[in-house]
Order: sequence, then structure tokens, then C-alpha cells
Amino acid sequence: MAKINEFLDLWGADLWTSTLQTFQMVGISLAISVLIGLPLGILLVLTRPGKALGNKFVYNILNIVINVIRSVPFIILLFFILPFTKYIVGTSIGVKGVIVPLVVYTAPYIARLMESALLEVDRGVIEAYEAMGIKTRHIIWHVLVRESRSSIVLGLTIATIGLIGATAMAGLVGGGGLGDLAYRYGHLRYEVDVMYITVILLIILVQGLQSLGNYLAAKLKKD
Amino acid sequence: MIELTGISKTFTAKQGSIYALKDVSLSVKQGEIYGVIGYSGAGKSTLIRCVNLLETPDKGSVKVKNVDLTKLSTGKLREARSNIGMIFQGFNLLKTATVYDNIALPLKLTGLSKQMVKERVEKYLNIVGLSEKQNAYPAELSGGQKQRVAIARALSHEPEVLLSDEATSALDPDTTEAILDLLLKINKELGITILLITHEMNVIQRICDRVAVMENGEVIEEGKTKDVFTSPKHSTTKRFVNSLFSHDIPDELLTNLNESGHVATLSFFGESSGEPALALISKKFDIYPNILSGSITRLKDESFGQLLVHLKGDQAEIEKAVQFLKEQNVHVEGVKISGENKRVS
Repeated sequence: MAKINEFLDLWGADLWTSTLQTFQMVGISLAISVLIGLPLGILLVLTRPGKALGNKFVYNILNIVINVIRSVPFIILLFFILPFTKYIVGTSIGVKGVIVPLVVYTAPYIARLMESALLEVDRGVIEAYEAMGIKTRHIIWHVLVRESRSSIVLGLTIATIGLIGATAMAGLVGGGGLGDLAYRYGHLRYEVDVMYITVILLIILVQGLQSLGNYLAAKLKKD
Repeated sequence: MIELTGISKTFTAKQGSIYALKDVSLSVKQGEIYGVIGYSGAGKSTLIRCVNLLETPDKGSVKVKNVDLTKLSTGKLREARSNIGMIFQGFNLLKTATVYDNIALPLKLTGLSKQMVKERVEKYLNIVGLSEKQNAYPAELSGGQKQRVAIARALSHEPEVLLSDEATSALDPDTTEAILDLLLKINKELGITILLITHEMNVIQRICDRVAVMENGEVIEEGKTKDVFTSPKHSTTKRFVNSLFSHDIPDELLTNLNESGHVATLSFFGESSGEPALALISKKFDIYPNILSGSITRLKDESFGQLLVHLKGDQAEIEKAVQFLKEQNVHVEGVKISGENKRVS
């Protein structure tokens, strides 16, 4: 017990700050990524040749751009887009500086996950709504997104967990977070305890998120 | 009510273009139930989807209530579509919404007030007999119940026309009967014109006033159900009619019988099915009719019977008897032996 207290006295504050930083980075970049990724996913589904707004040109361009970004490992992307990051948020370091690469990394991933979730929706239901004279934008929201909400939640769970992994590397540009704490103190300074604790914290976080995601998805699914 | 003129539609596939519809014209009158029957691949599904432009025909005009839908703007087409209800083989309900919401959501999206939506949902759920299921999810319903919800959803927009795309094909025979009864009731009580497509003869037989038989993207026979099925001309139509009556007579027997007389199918319709026509001919002419097989069924509200008989006697007497039968409104057709297929055609 005394040992635990000692450890907490020494590292408690750092762990707390790092956890908050991780939450902050994940939360903000996830929110922005969803705002970009969901519409992109919808666009991918709609412009798919043979679908409602079938447009080969838009579909192919989107496809290529998403594939290119998804090909670059996060650690490379982080440095590669430094000028872009600086242009967007005015700085390339700190939590602020790390949000941009995290979003660039996650949004296309979410777009893909959303695409596959939305493609699961039965074409017949969409047709039934078209036949009732419902506007396309209403069909997108009330049929396409609604019917795939369970898969969307599962997709977002996967994306969030991937995002947590990416934030670990964000420490390299001074973003902080649990991964950074484990790397700097645990690895570089051989404070093995810190490394174990952060890893345990990350495991709990990932487990908790996956369970929450599964629970919500099951609850939203009605068949 | 529905006027299709010269509809053609080709689909381009990798192997080249496929003609789904070749210059098809149909006209459905207000208040009737019109059936299109055909085997799969005949183009009937494409045809019904052309009526509300889920499929755009390459050529031809689609008039519903005298408005050419192919010439409408997107907005006007949406309005026109809300006057055309549609039900499907796969029901096409939202899995994530309750029965109530499945009907209410499209109404809400077309701009009806909350009060109106509630009234409509309750009214039409009541008509289809599912009021107590309004909080159930589709996964908790049977196929027939799902189709009832889909019917209520289509009716809730108060359309004048209902399109039915193989609506009973996924259902078992008892449920099919119940859904057909419901369609009849809708047609009679709400005066909704129904255009349906099917590959099941019993659907046509039970509820359709008029029928079109399709094959290879063309309408090969069309007219009143009674006329088309009492004197089918095309071989496909004959196959459909024969599916109502199965006379499985061994070929050898038929050969033997044909030597000693004449085997014929007699079709009776309505009034004539009540007359003892066979008894009459055996009295009037010097022949011995022998019934090999027979059954009676219903065509909408009238009875439709078919007998497979062997007429034994003189060729001249048989001809006179046949002539007499025809005068009694009995449709007579000679029977040939059909080789590998024992079914009589």
C-alpha cells in the first residue's frame, strides 16, 4: 500500500495530465474526423457508379485521395504534413499541432469505415423511400445513416482505438499523452513502473471503449 | 389510370445489352386489379418499376392520371410518386424502427403535422389489422405481418394507385391468401387501383380483373382474366393455366385412349360450370364420355372448372358433340401427347 502511495505521489500528477491529454487529443480529433469522415463516407456511397448520384469522376478522385493518405504510416504523415499543420493552426507542436495530423490520419479511415457500414443498408428500403417521394437528403439521414447506425458505432469504436494508438506517437511533436509518458519515462529513462502503469491504463481504456461500442451497437441493432 | 405506351428498356451488361422491355403498352383502368404474370426474367419487375420511374424507360411514356411522369421535374415527380403506393417482395421496412415509426416516419418527412401522422398511422394499422403490434420491431414480426406493415405504410400516403412487386412471393400459401384478401379489401373499400406483378397463378386467379402475360420483355397475351385463361392462345399462357389443374395422365394411357376416341380438356366458366354438359352430350349424341380427371377452382368471384375427358364414339358424333359443347360456352381443346412432359397441354 505504501508503495502504491509512493508511486502515486511521484507519478500521479503526470499520469493524470497525460491521461487528460490523451482524452483531449482523441476527443477533439475524433469529433473533427467524424465531421469530415461521415460526409465523405456518404459521398463515397452515393457517387459509387450505379448509385443515386453515380459519378465516376468524383468517386475515383475520392477513392484515390483516401487510399494515398491511408498508405502513409502515421509517424511519416506527422512530419510530412508539418508545413500544412503550421498553416492551419499556426503551430506544429503541442496538442494543437498534433490535432491536424491526427485528423488527416483518421478522417479517411472513418470515411472508409462509414462507407462499408452504409453499403450494408438494403437497397430495397432506399427504393421504398424513393417510391414514396421522400427527398434524397432525408433518405440519407433517416434511412441510410439510421439503418447503419449499429455498424457506424462499431466502426467509430475501431477508429477511436486506432486513434489512441496514433496519439502515442504524437508525443514526438510535443503532444503529450499516455503513450508519450510511457515512451519518455518508461523507455528512455528506464522507469519500468511508469511504462507498465501507462500500458495498463491504455488496456483498460481500449477494453472499456470496445465494450461500450459493442454494447451500444447491440442496443441500436433491432434485428 | 395507368397508361404505359411503347415502353422499351435495355440494360447494358458486360456481355452486351439485354432487352428487358420491348415496346410494351398497358392500360390499367381506375378501380381494377390488374395482374402481370410471367416467369422470372420476363421483364415484369422492370415494367412495374417503370410506373413510378424507379427505372427510367429508354423509350415510351408513362402516364398516371393523365400526367406523363417522364416529363416531370424531380420535385413534381416526388409529388406524383406520393400518389402511387408500392409494396415489395422483401417488405423493405426500416429494421431500426418500430411498426408505428415505420409508417410515421415517411409521413413526417412529407411534411404532415404530428396529429395528422398519428391519425393516419392508427387508421391504416387498423385497416391491416396490426394495431396491437405498433411498438414491435420488424424482426419480431412474421413475414405476413411485415407485409401488412408495408401495406399500411403505402396506404398511409392515401394513394390512388398501389403497385405490388411480387408482394406475396416470399410468403407461405396461407399468408399469401390472407394478404390477397387484404388487397381485395383495399381495392373494394378504398377504391385503390392495383397493378401487381407475380409469377404465381393463384394470385392472378384470386384477385385480378385483367391480366397480361409477359415473356422475354413483351406482353404476349392480355385481356380479362376469364377470357385469357379460358381460351389461352400462347403456350406460356397455357402452361400457367395448366398449373391450376394438374392432370398427370401416363402417356401410354393417352395413346391408347386416343386410338379409341378423342381426349379433350373442357374448360367451364361461371354459369356453364354448373350445367351437366357431359350428361347432355351422352344423351344427345352417340358417344360415351369418360372423365379422366377434373377439378374446379375460382377465378376472382366466379368458378372455373376443367375436365379431362375421353369421348368414345364415332368421329362424326364426336365432332357434333364438341360443337354442342362450344355452344354451351364450354371451351374445348384436343389433347396431344406431349413427349417427355406428361402434363397435358
